[in-house]
Amino acid sequence: MRKKILIVLSIFAVALLIRNLYVMLEVLPDEVSQGPIFRIIFFHVPAAWTAFVGFAAALVLSILYLATRNFKYDSIAVAATEVGIVFGAANLITGMIWGRIIWGIWWTWDPRLTSMLICEILYAGYLMLRKAVDDPTQRARIAAVFSIFAFTDVPIVFFSIKWWRTQHPQPVVWGGGSMAPAYWDMLFLNWVPILLLGVVLVAYRTQQERVQREIDALRRYAHEF
Amino acid sequence: MDPRNVTFMFYGFAAVWAILFAYLIFLVLRERHLKDELDRVKRMIEDREHKS
Repeated sequence: MRKKILIVLSIFAVALLIRNLYVMLEVLPDEVSQGPIFRIIFFHVPAAWTAFVGFAAALVLSILYLATRNFKYDSIAVAATEVGIVFGAANLITGMIWGRIIWGIWWTWDPRLTSMLICEILYAGYLMLRKAVDDPTQRARIAAVFSIFAFTDVPIVFFSIKWWRTQHPQPVVWGGGSMAPAYWDMLFLNWVPILLLGVVLVAYRTQQERVQREIDALRRYAHEF
Repeated sequence: MDPRNVTFMFYGFAAVWAILFAYLIFLVLRERHLKDELDRVKRMIEDREHKS
């Protein structure tokens, strides 16, 4: 039943993404100063929002794990973190492709770009840390503490364009940037399927973490012989 | 306007799909590995139970 719900959600999300692609390419006009490349924003920004939702979920679940010691929270936290990293990578790469055309460079050590890269490295460190600790209880506890620490970079990424002088465009949400209503609608409309895909991937990855925990438990049982 | 503008827009779109597909393939391969590992550990326990 649960698997069927995930499949239905995935099909809905992909169908909506294809529909949005058609509207982006055929219906929406080119942005006046940037041209067609502006459309990258419809993936770049929702990917960042989805990554931050994943990291925020990991923060809450890590706190819940430390409070309850229930491994269920740890399983979902690692899944949300991994999916967050994937969408964070999509955000960085689409930003680099946009920057190559608009700024003429692939990368600059701008506060927004740098803090986002650090965010990705921190959460990649979280996954590496989990691989380095064998004992499941110790692994979950250390990872939860590290996840809380890693989240401190997320507000820095968000506020970096307000706190420091930057060449990154001002945010269209709660910032100095602005967009035509049609672009605005597409931005949110494209976030829906991207977030849905994120939820499906987290559910799928959480299931794998449960199997991994079952394997760990069976291994411990086997060593008792 | 840069003549590569449209091409790079498609590169951006393709990058998002490629990243998602790559992660999906990674998840499917990991699921296979986990199933094999689970079967292996279960067989190992059965063998040890028979011996003891």
